[in-house]
Amino acid sequence: MPDTATKPAIQFQGVGKRFGDNVVLDGLDFSVAAGDRVTLIGPSGSGKTTILRLLMTLEEANDGLILVDGVPYTHEMRGGKRVAIPEKRRSLVRRRVGMVFQQFNLFPNMSVLENIIEAPIHVLGVPKAEAIAKAEDLLEKVGLADKRDARCTQLSGGQQQRVAIARALAMEPEILLLDEVTSALDPELVADVLAVLRNIAETTDITMLIVTHEMQFAREVSNRVLMFDGGKIIEEAHPEEIFTSPKHERTQEFLRAVL
Amino acid sequence: MSDNLQILVDLLPRLGEGVLVTLELTVGGAVLALLVAFVLGLAGRARTRWARVPSRVVVEFFRGTSLVVQIFWLYYVLPLPPFYVELDPLACGIIALGLNYGAYAAEVVRGSINAVPTGQWEAATALDMGPVHRLRRVILPQAWPLMMPLFTNLLIQLVKGSALATYVSLHDLNFFIGELRKGTTETVFAYTVGLLVYFAIAYALTLVMNALEARAKNNVGQGPSLREILRLTPARVDTAEVRP
Ligand SMILES: Nc1ncnc2c1ncn2[C@@H]1O[C@H](COP(=O)(O)OP(=O)(O)OP(=O)(O)O)[C@@H](O)[C@H]1O
Ligand SMILES: [Mg+2]
Repeated sequence: MPDTATKPAIQFQGVGKRFGDNVVLDGLDFSVAAGDRVTLIGPSGSGKTTILRLLMTLEEANDGLILVDGVPYTHEMRGGKRVAIPEKRRSLVRRRVGMVFQQFNLFPNMSVLENIIEAPIHVLGVPKAEAIAKAEDLLEKVGLADKRDARCTQLSGGQQQRVAIARALAMEPEILLLDEVTSALDPELVADVLAVLRNIAETTDITMLIVTHEMQFAREVSNRVLMFDGGKIIEEAHPEEIFTSPKHERTQEFLRAVL
Repeated sequence: MSDNLQILVDLLPRLGEGVLVTLELTVGGAVLALLVAFVLGLAGRARTRWARVPSRVVVEFFRGTSLVVQIFWLYYVLPLPPFYVELDPLACGIIALGLNYGAYAAEVVRGSINAVPTGQWEAATALDMGPVHRLRRVILPQAWPLMMPLFTNLLIQLVKGSALATYVSLHDLNFFIGELRKGTTETVFAYTVGLLVYFAIAYALTLVMNALEARAKNNVGQGPSLREILRLTPARVDTAEVRP
């Protein structure tokens, strides 16, 4: 149970997001305690990716507030009005949030090592030698120590995704967002990536927000599952509970379709 | 015919001077054009309208007006009131070429930057890179190889466009071809020499640009490195060219 004295790591307060006329999120409220591993499930188009992208400032919410560690992130209330927070302050929060993408998005103009040390050195100001040592540790952890100087274009999808995970971890994020990180992989490459993520879940206390179709993985790693539909959370429970005895009819339908 | 050759040999040193002026115009014009292209191209993607609109206007203006008129304007109109700016003919040529081709190249810069997959911007943002850092270290190195072939085209056009400088009294290659024609009174011979020399310059530039393009592509993990190309070893087969 989350400690009531500490602020939740992530808090959505009445968040609304529209694309044109398409209302994706409507007054969404939820919070994630520090160290929680939360899996978001729901039908395609229910807004799971949008939630992660809002947290990464890749999209801008139309209403409501998003708080990280209790501090307003992109917008705040001032004199009863919702105003945007300037980039300088957003940046300080953003660097504590990491994201791994479905399509890896490694930088092809850099080697594996360069991908990992670029932001720690140039964004966080970590000394180069320290950043390299850290990157080598992370490469070890994801099982790619021998690919240190390889070009990312020469790696398999599974290897690229593991580098992307190492790159995100090199920023020492408090919050890690994972958006269907195995969906673009050939089936035989999925296991390695999931093993790396399982290891991270076991050995760190990073707060994780996970979108996945790998229900077995969600079951093992997460301690909470949120079921989305129609821009709202319709059910929320421990994975054992939701996967074995879903209460909501829509959840039952959804799980029947994916399991 | 042998008379013609003799005259050509006699004129060779002056022809060389002409080639030099043409190269000066080309290199000067290209460097200026590149500068103009990046300034206008980046401004054309800016979020504020205060950068975007002026960039659009300048690009459309210099693309939409003739190069000859631009050169004449710089040469004949600028010295008049209210400007009173006298430029030497070489400067006129370089500025006109730089602005005109820079306007075209600005569109290349803008389009190539837009062609870099959005996932690259997003990954950089997720690592909290600022806009300048993102552009310099992630986006431009990937946009650059997309720009190269289009820049090569423009550079070749610029070489040929530089012939207009003859009309602001510059003694460039085109001028000396004219001299050759007067000397030999053989139009076919003179202009054939002219074609060949322009072609040789353009071809040499194409080779250089192709090498730069290969290097730029290799830098983003596509194709062999320049060293491999120059060694003329068989191109390495990329067995694991795995791209999503
Ligand atoms: N950039 C965008 N422009 C317009 N509409 C968008 C954009 N991004 C998302 N949408 C729309 O928002 C809705 C939610 O999309 P989102 O990607 O968050 O869904 P999802 O739950 O992640 O779905 P999936 O399981 O298919 O990944 C969809 O209807 C989608 O079409
Ligand atoms: Mg999605």
